[in-house]
Amino acid sequence: MSDFDLSLESADVRPRPRLDYQVLEPRALKSGFLTVLTWLAALLASIPLISVIYMLLVQGGTRLFGADVIEVLTGLPPAGFELGGGIGPAILGTLVMVGIASLLSIPLGILAAVYLGVLEPSSKIASTSRFLSKVLTGFPSILAGVFVYAVLVIRFGYSAFAGGVALAVLMLPTVVLAAEEAMAQVPQRMKDAAYGMGCTRTQVIWKVVLPTALPGILTGVMLAIAGASGESAPLLFTALFSNYYISELAEPTASLSILIYNFSGMPFENQIELAWTASLVLVLIVLMFNILARIVGRPKV
Amino acid sequence: MAKLFQAAESTGSVSGPPSAGEYLNDHVFRSIALSSAFLIIALVAFILWEIGREAMPAISDYGLGFVTGTTWNVSKEEFGVLPEIWGTLYSSLLALLIGGVFGISIAIFLTQDFINHRVATVFRTIVEMLAAIPSVVFGLWGIYVLIPLLKPGAEWLHDSLGWFPLFGTNLSGPGMAPAALVLAIMILPTVAAISVDAFRRIPYKVKEAAYGMGTTRWEAILKVMLPTASSGVLAALVLGFGRALGETMALAMLIGNANQISLSLFSPANTLASLLASNFPEAGRVEVQALMYAALVLLAITFLVNVAGLAVQQYTIRKFEGKK
Repeated sequence: MSDFDLSLESADVRPRPRLDYQVLEPRALKSGFLTVLTWLAALLASIPLISVIYMLLVQGGTRLFGADVIEVLTGLPPAGFELGGGIGPAILGTLVMVGIASLLSIPLGILAAVYLGVLEPSSKIASTSRFLSKVLTGFPSILAGVFVYAVLVIRFGYSAFAGGVALAVLMLPTVVLAAEEAMAQVPQRMKDAAYGMGCTRTQVIWKVVLPTALPGILTGVMLAIAGASGESAPLLFTALFSNYYISELAEPTASLSILIYNFSGMPFENQIELAWTASLVLVLIVLMFNILARIVGRPKV
Repeated sequence: MAKLFQAAESTGSVSGPPSAGEYLNDHVFRSIALSSAFLIIALVAFILWEIGREAMPAISDYGLGFVTGTTWNVSKEEFGVLPEIWGTLYSSLLALLIGGVFGISIAIFLTQDFINHRVATVFRTIVEMLAAIPSVVFGLWGIYVLIPLLKPGAEWLHDSLGWFPLFGTNLSGPGMAPAALVLAIMILPTVAAISVDAFRRIPYKVKEAAYGMGTTRWEAILKVMLPTASSGVLAALVLGFGRALGETMALAMLIGNANQISLSLFSPANTLASLLASNFPEAGRVEVQALMYAALVLLAITFLVNVAGLAVQQYTIRKFEGKK
C-alpha cells in the first residue's frame, strides 16, 4: 500500500463541470438575451441616419432632381411669399469660405506637423502644441466665431474673410494631428537611409517624409474640409448672411448652413423646401470630401 | 577632404555633404516649422486673451453674480446665465445617458465578433456617416421629423404621469427632449469610435483566456473585456460629454431658447452655446460684453471636461502600450 489511496480518486463526489453546451442554462439564456439587445441597439441607432437620408432625398430631392434644377442651384434666395428662387449665393459662399480656411490652415497645419512629427517630436514646444491641438478638436465651434468676432468683426465688420478665418481655426487641429500621425508612421530606416546619404533634415522631409506620408496627410486634409463645409455656428456672426452673390471678400456672405438655419424657422412652404434642398446639397458636398478622403488614403499597390 | 568626395563623384554616387545653400535652406525651413508649431500655442493663448479682454467689462460689472443670476434682460442690462449653465449640463447629461448606452453597445457589437467583416463595415459606415451629417441638418430634421414624432408620446406621458417632475409640462414644440435626443445622436459616433479603439487595444489572448475558462460570450464581455477597457470607455464618455456641451446649431434650433430652469423633459430651455448663437447677431455693445463672458464660461467648462477626457485617454494608452 502506498501513502495515497488511489481508490479515493474514483470516490470523488465533487460535482463535475458539464462541458456540453446547455441552451436553456440561465447564463446561456442571459447571453442570448443580451446579444438580441445589442442587435436591437445597433439597428435602432441606424434609424436616425436612414430617416435623415430619406427626408433629404424626398424633401430636398424634389427640387434638386426636378425640372428647375438650374434655377435652384444658381438663383437668388426668395423673399417672403415669393415662389421659386435658389441657393446659388450660398453654395458659392460656402465654397469661397472653405477655400479661404483651407489656404490658411493647411500650410500652417502641415508645417506644424513637420515639427511635431519629424523634427522635435518630444520637445516641450511639440508636446504643448500637440496637447493644445487635441484640446482644440473638442473646442466648441461657436467659440471660434466668438474669437473671430472679437478680433476681426468688431474692427472690420462682417465679411467672408472673417468666416474663413473662423473655419480655419476649426480645421487647424484636424490637419495638424492627421499630418503628424501620417509622418510619424514613415519608417525610421527610410529616413536613416536619406541621412546616410548626407541629406539635411529639410531634404529628408521634402524628399522622403512628405511624399511617403502624403496619402495620410491628404486624408486628414479632406476630413478637415468636410467638417468645415458643414459648420454653421462659427459663421453666424462672422460671415452673417447675404441674399446676393459674393463680389468681394470684405462683405457679408451667404453660406449653405446659415441659409438652412434661417429658412428652417420661416413659415413659408417654399423656404422650407429650399432649406431641405440646401441640406441635401450640403450633405452631398460633405460626403464628397469624406469619400475623397478614403480614396486618397487608400494605400497604393 | 575634397579628394575623398571627388572619388565618390567618379563612381556615380549621389551622396555628399550638404552645400552651404542647403545648410541655409535647412535652417530657414526648420525655423518656419518651429514657428508654425509655436503659432498653435500662440493661437490658443490669443483666443483666451481676446475673449477674456472683450469680456472684461462684463466681468468687472457682474462678477460671480453672472454665473448665479437667472435673468437675461438687455434693456435693464441685467445678465445671468444660471439657466443656460443648467440647460447645457442637463441636455448634455441626458444626451450622454442615451448616446453613451448606444455608443458603447455599438462598440461592443463591432468588436466582439458578433458579426462578420462585411456587416461590420456596413455598421461602421453608418456611424461614420452619422458623424458627417452637419449639425444644422440634424436641427432641420429635428424640427420637421422628431418633434412631430415625439408630440403624441409627450402628451400621453404628461397626461398620465404629469405629477412626475420629468413630465411636468407639455411639449408645445421645441424643448429639452428633442434637443437631448438629437444631441445623443450627434455624440454617438464620438463615443462609439473611442470605445471601439479601447476594445481594440485589449490583446486577443485576454478574450481567449476568458473563453478558455468556460465563460459565455457575455460573461467574457461584462466581466473581462469591459473592465479591461473601462478607462478607454470612460475617456469616450467624457469626450462625448465635452462634444455635447459645445454643440450649437441643432440645439439653437430645437431647445426653444427659454430662459428657465426646469426638470421637465418637455419644457423649452436654453444652453450657453445656443444663447450665443441666437443673441450674438443682433446684440448691442453691452450685450456683446455679457455674451463674451458667457463664452468664457462655456470655454472654461468645455476645457475642463476635455482635458479630463484626454488625460483618461492618455492613461489608457499608457496602460496598454507601456510608457510612451
